[in-house]
Amino acid sequence: MGLSEILAYSLGVVSITTALLVVFSKNPIHSVLYLILTFFSIAGQYVILNAQFLFIVQIIVYSGAIMVLFLFVLMLLNLSGDTEPQKDNVFKIISVVAGGLLFISMIAMLKGIGNMNLPASPDSQIGLVKNLGQLLFSKYVIPFELSSVLFLSGMVGAVMIGKKDAEDIN
Amino acid sequence: MIEPILIFKFALAIIVFAISLGVAAYATYGERKIAGLFQDRFGPNNAGPWGLLQPLADGGKMFFKEDFIPAASEKFLFIIAPGIAMFTALMTSAVIPWTSAIVIAGIPYQVQLADIDVGILYVFGFVSMGVYGIMIGGWASNNKYSLMGAIRASSQMISYELAMGLALLAVIMMTGSLGLNEIVDHQKGSLFGFLPNWNVFKQPVGFLVFLICAFAETNRAPFDLPECETELVGGYHTEYSSMKLGLFLFAEYINMFVSSAIIATIYFGGYNLPLIGRFITDPNTLAVVGFLVFFVKILFFIFLYMWVRWTLPRFRYDQLMHLGWKSLIPIAIINLLVTAGFLILKEY
Repeated sequence: MGLSEILAYSLGVVSITTALLVVFSKNPIHSVLYLILTFFSIAGQYVILNAQFLFIVQIIVYSGAIMVLFLFVLMLLNLSGDTEPQKDNVFKIISVVAGGLLFISMIAMLKGIGNMNLPASPDSQIGLVKNLGQLLFSKYVIPFELSSVLFLSGMVGAVMIGKKDAEDIN
Repeated sequence: MIEPILIFKFALAIIVFAISLGVAAYATYGERKIAGLFQDRFGPNNAGPWGLLQPLADGGKMFFKEDFIPAASEKFLFIIAPGIAMFTALMTSAVIPWTSAIVIAGIPYQVQLADIDVGILYVFGFVSMGVYGIMIGGWASNNKYSLMGAIRASSQMISYELAMGLALLAVIMMTGSLGLNEIVDHQKGSLFGFLPNWNVFKQPVGFLVFLICAFAETNRAPFDLPECETELVGGYHTEYSSMKLGLFLFAEYINMFVSSAIIATIYFGGYNLPLIGRFITDPNTLAVVGFLVFFVKILFFIFLYMWVRWTLPRFRYDQLMHLGWKSLIPIAIINLLVTAGFLILKEY
């Protein structure tokens, strides 16, 4: 086994362990901190794949911006195990069924992996900024532009919701 | 047989680490001397000649203080938070090009720890990581003043990151690359025949926005609201004592050093000095001179940080948010559009 394989497997173990701890921690702040670790281990996988741009964007966007906001809100609310509302049994059964269905569909996805046609020697430079940018602005330009419109509408929506609250207070 | 490049990088990592710590230690001394100068007093002058051993005395004192952990704190997070602050502060220096390539036994070596493709984004990413040490420390202390400090730090960081990124984008567009090496190379030569070809002359507005944001990101005065002692006792490190407090304070000085290095790299030509190549041809001498030039630029910015701290009063919290969202971000966006316009005009 080469160095990168050992690294990939150990990062995989770290991501799965921390992802499970996100769910099992009693304290929401601990959950968020474990989620940050999960994102970091995923970012590590991108480094092994030489996808440098994806690596740094993962860190800036998820670990840097979104998780700071999460932590910010949770620290302000100061939730703990005692204040968490208890859910009734019907709700629990529904969530178990929904989660189980998601799990089955993920296993179904795994089934097809053996038949996939992967190139024998993938282009290791594809994750660099220049190549990625050229792909985004030529082959994938329409999905790229559409997703930016989606982001823009999300931002406008956030401003609208925030504004309505301010009027209610006045 | 280990490859010589690995030995070189390993040695460089240790040297950069030592220089960061050394500069940060003597920045505390410089800070107190400059504060003394500004307030018409001597500053530290008892430990050693001119008080030069003061940083060592301070460090020793920190280690021998009682290490107190509050009973109601989250112990593990409380202990690890200063370490995170220190770690993120040190990580950022990995992509800075310290000087031009040096030649050993006929092989040129880049004096940069990691010449990665996304250099400047890497800096940006790890600067935004820096807030975790403060947030985790402030929350784990289980003290309302610490928590307020932590929350202020995070909202301040998020607000000023946006303007900082927009100011940087203009430089990235002009250079056409994210690598710090390319950004430095792009600033060689002269502008209109009498100015150095530094980005600060092409991007004066972007530079001002970036500088203000750098002050805010390092939590230095006038943006030191997370540890505002008139409102929050000591802010996020109220409950900290001994070397844990020392690490928090020290991380601030390392941040200052690294951000000065980054400002010098992006806007002041890095290790470039115009016309220097005409007088010195030997690459190794050139590298040494380049490093000294770079260091002088860094020291100037560290001085600027201190100058501002002992001159300007602290912002009020709402003023801070207004400045970030209502002034800096619009200015940075307009700057970005104007730069883009110029670049298009140049092409046709």
